Amino acid sequence: MALWLRTWQLGVKSLLLHPMRSLLTVLGIFIGVASVIWLLAIGEGISIEAQKQIEGLGADNIIVRSVKPPSEATTEIRGPVPYGLTRAEYQILVDTIPTIKSALPIREVRRQFKRGPRLIDGRLVGTTPDYARILRMEIDQGRFITEADMQYNKNFCVLAAEVAEFLFPYENPIGRKIQLPEHEQFFQVVGVLKPRTATAAIGGSLDAQEFNKDIYIPITTLQKRIGDQITVRRSGSFEGEIVQLNQITLSVHDVGQVLQTAEIVQHTLAPRHKAYSDINVVVPLELLEQARTTRLMFIVFMGLIAAISLLVGGIGIMNIMLATVTERTREIGIRRALGARRQHIVSQFLVETIALSIVGALVGVVVGLACPFVMTQVRLGLEHYRPDLMESLPAVVRNVTPVIVPESIPLAFVISVLIGVVFGLYPAVRAAYMDPIEALRHE
Amino acid sequence: MISTTSSVSLAASIQDLHKTYYLKGETVHALRGVSFDVPMGDYVAIMGPSGSGKSTLLNLLGCLDKPDLDRGRLLLGNDDIGRMNDDQLAMIRASRIGFVFQSYNLIAQLTVLENIQVPLYYMGRLGRKERQRCRELAELVGLEHRLSHRPSQLSGGQQQRVAIARSLVNDPYFILADEATGNLDSVTTAEILKLFQRLNDEGRTIILVTHEDDVAQHAKRRVRLRDGQLHSDEQTQNRIIL
Repeated sequence: MALWLRTWQLGVKSLLLHPMRSLLTVLGIFIGVASVIWLLAIGEGISIEAQKQIEGLGADNIIVRSVKPPSEATTEIRGPVPYGLTRAEYQILVDTIPTIKSALPIREVRRQFKRGPRLIDGRLVGTTPDYARILRMEIDQGRFITEADMQYNKNFCVLAAEVAEFLFPYENPIGRKIQLPEHEQFFQVVGVLKPRTATAAIGGSLDAQEFNKDIYIPITTLQKRIGDQITVRRSGSFEGEIVQLNQITLSVHDVGQVLQTAEIVQHTLAPRHKAYSDINVVVPLELLEQARTTRLMFIVFMGLIAAISLLVGGIGIMNIMLATVTERTREIGIRRALGARRQHIVSQFLVETIALSIVGALVGVVVGLACPFVMTQVRLGLEHYRPDLMESLPAVVRNVTPVIVPESIPLAFVISVLIGVVFGLYPAVRAAYMDPIEALRHE
Repeated sequence: MISTTSSVSLAASIQDLHKTYYLKGETVHALRGVSFDVPMGDYVAIMGPSGSGKSTLLNLLGCLDKPDLDRGRLLLGNDDIGRMNDDQLAMIRASRIGFVFQSYNLIAQLTVLENIQVPLYYMGRLGRKERQRCRELAELVGLEHRLSHRPSQLSGGQQQRVAIARSLVNDPYFILADEATGNLDSVTTAEILKLFQRLNDEGRTIILVTHEDDVAQHAKRRVRLRDGQLHSDEQTQNRIIL
């Protein structure tokens, strides 16, 4: 035990004789260890993010969305272009596919909402009472839309948190009215929702959803008061479109039926949308698979970087130790002459490399643990100085919050010590197998 | 005069020793049948011009190399050096041989006291008693006030005295001094030789490898090598006693 202590003491002493050299050697290991921890943290962050989204969408759901066809496909049509899902199709899906448990029709329109002098841009969502349940919306005050509201085409609305906050900063919104200036319609507020985190877009098949600027009304009311045709003024000219439903969210009874049902839905709808592709079937379950693949790709990619940097770190250690062994040939000769066995020399030099890699690992772990903090700072900095750049980044990068995987710390530690042993062994063995007579003669 | 008796009283017994090197296809016969004994308490100077096999004999006596196995043998105490493996030789070096080199060969990172302790460390015997003994040895060579100095802070003579203390730490069969005074001025040389003589008077065996007659003149006995063979082995005439 005392011998080991002395060996370590000696090793550290020898390393401190060349602080700069030791520091640079440590650098390689440190980068490797930090990147192992970072890659696992970011991978975990992505995975959790994806899981949250899938949960938000529901793994047992199938989402059918209307997609605006490309303008080349509709040049022959004069005036507003009709596209997307229809109420008739909604009915067909509900009536003919037995595995469907519930179906949620959704119609969304970008509108302005007004209350006195206050004006906000938001999304008018026409839907059914099931919406709150299926999308896991929580009511803050009042209530959500009811069947009766639907039946009587009531001008009732439910506000998302941000809209309520903005339009009614000082008063309780329940019972008050808001105005849709573009349609000269008034809606009475019957409920307010709790804030809800936005979902990021997934793989290009589903846009990001920012629920906090939504106003929910019965879908029947939307159809009656606003209609299917929407006119948008865009750069001086009017563009029109005719859409009955923007989305149908279908739930199945059992997760096992999702893929099969999605296929049936696809086949049922396909003949009706032959002219141009204006619908899109999104299966969150498939997205989950995609997210897993993305995560795996990310881990493989970052793992490669980590492996390369650990390799470079290891080669750095080996290089330095070979130089050290040559430099200390005389010392090795003296020690051998005074009775050091080969194993003594091996352990003397191994201890030095292991000490280097342990220090590298410790620094790496500290820097690794700083990952979430650094990521947040970088993101804030980018948002502040280069918002345009930030905007162009994929949502995954913008939103991911790294989560440190506890196992990654011992893992990184063990890997770096192994690197120390593997790359330190050759120089140490070379030192031990020197001819003591030659070594003693070395200047 | 080949001794085949049990040589407990002998520090070293050199019996028809041969050593052949094979260098790039060339065969060099460094030693061709050297025989002599070194009894305990002896003070031998091994002399000879370069190429005489002096260094080879030194390496063999120091257990840094092994003699030819087919002819002759080298006994240290009762150990046949030719039949030992690398680890056993290291153990013998640590426990039975006290090296003193021309260039002192102290370890630069270690203090005086730590340098003295090195052989004990490799024997795996570094207890409190041994530490105390190291201090006593430092005192013996007159360096008790320099225990935590580094070799670079000492003069050549002081460094050599540290090396002598180190050579005594394991209570060796013999002190093997290789041109131990080669780097020292005449005053310091005299000091070191005096120290050797005192150690010899106390019963220590000393083997002095040198090419200087003045130095050899201090030994009790002179062994001369020439062309890998024993040239002469005689008691020193007109020995200088300091």
